[in-house]
Amino acid sequence: MRRYRILAMRRVAGVIGLLLTLSAASLAVTPGEVLQDPKLEARAREISRNLRCLVCQNQSIDDSDAELAHDLRVLVRERLTAGDTDAQAIGFMVARYGNFVLLKPPLQADTLMLWFGPALLLAVAAIGFGRYLRRSQAADRSATATPLGADEQERLDAILSKRRPA
Amino acid sequence: MLRLISLVPVMVFAAVSVGLGFSLSNDPRKLPSMLIDKPTPAFKLAALDGGGGLSSDDLKGKIALLNVFASWCAGCRVEHPMLMALAQRSGLPIYGVSWKDDRATGASWLKANQSPYVQVGDDASGRLGIDLGVTGVPETFVIDRTGRIRYRHAGPITDEAWQETFEPLLAALRSEPQ
Repeated sequence: MRRYRILAMRRVAGVIGLLLTLSAASLAVTPGEVLQDPKLEARAREISRNLRCLVCQNQSIDDSDAELAHDLRVLVRERLTAGDTDAQAIGFMVARYGNFVLLKPPLQADTLMLWFGPALLLAVAAIGFGRYLRRSQAADRSATATPLGADEQERLDAILSKRRPA
Repeated sequence: MLRLISLVPVMVFAAVSVGLGFSLSNDPRKLPSMLIDKPTPAFKLAALDGGGGLSSDDLKGKIALLNVFASWCAGCRVEHPMLMALAQRSGLPIYGVSWKDDRATGASWLKANQSPYVQVGDDASGRLGIDLGVTGVPETFVIDRTGRIRYRHAGPITDEAWQETFEPLLAALRSEPQ
């Protein structure tokens, strides 16, 4: 019985292993693109992970199977092989496709709202909420500050005693 | 005061509606070109159809259209009759770039459908397309007399686009001093 269980577990592990291998093989980067120099290849992978595919716009060129993405990956590798720094290779793409090609937008004058807009909105909301809280607390305090008059108290007691089930 | 606060949700709703309404007409595929008002990148392409090829020097000294196309592209088939009509009636030279296409296939497609182009270059590797910031075909560039790119149109040229965008721009370019 135990033997069978071990065999079954082995089979499951085998299937998981196979799936992992297959998913690794489904990478967009084709073997022909990969550079010989592992250091250069690692830099190219890092750069292409941050460049947007212009065809399927929410994928990086590292992820995308589009032909243009393939061309751009090859181009990045060519630039690096030719001795470009990372910044130069990225600049090459930005010169052609604009900041849109960067998956992470740069911090500059026209992207300030993009970077700090959410924090600004949160701050405004927090200030508004704070003021609301303070005002409602003040309202509570002023409400409890005037006690009931003697005749008011009498009427209230009368109402409450009437309501109470006998 | 209470009344003003009760208007806040309505105002937020209005703002969100305006924002979403704007995004409806804002096509994310229409990217601004980085090359507007910049010189056409220097290039030299082999001929697609046995002519003299196409280089950036060919575009100098005149107002011209540079049309990037491919035989495998459906939009280019849609655009083709428009280009033929423009070639015949506008007197504007149209230069073609066959983008990421097999040379023989591109040439025979052009032969079968007639060519609207003065000259056609073969950009099989797609490198000129990348230098031009092309993201797909067809794309058309308007180039002025000094060889600078003045406008980029992505997708087929429609009658509407021609009348509303190209014609006024071309008129303005013609009136620029030589």
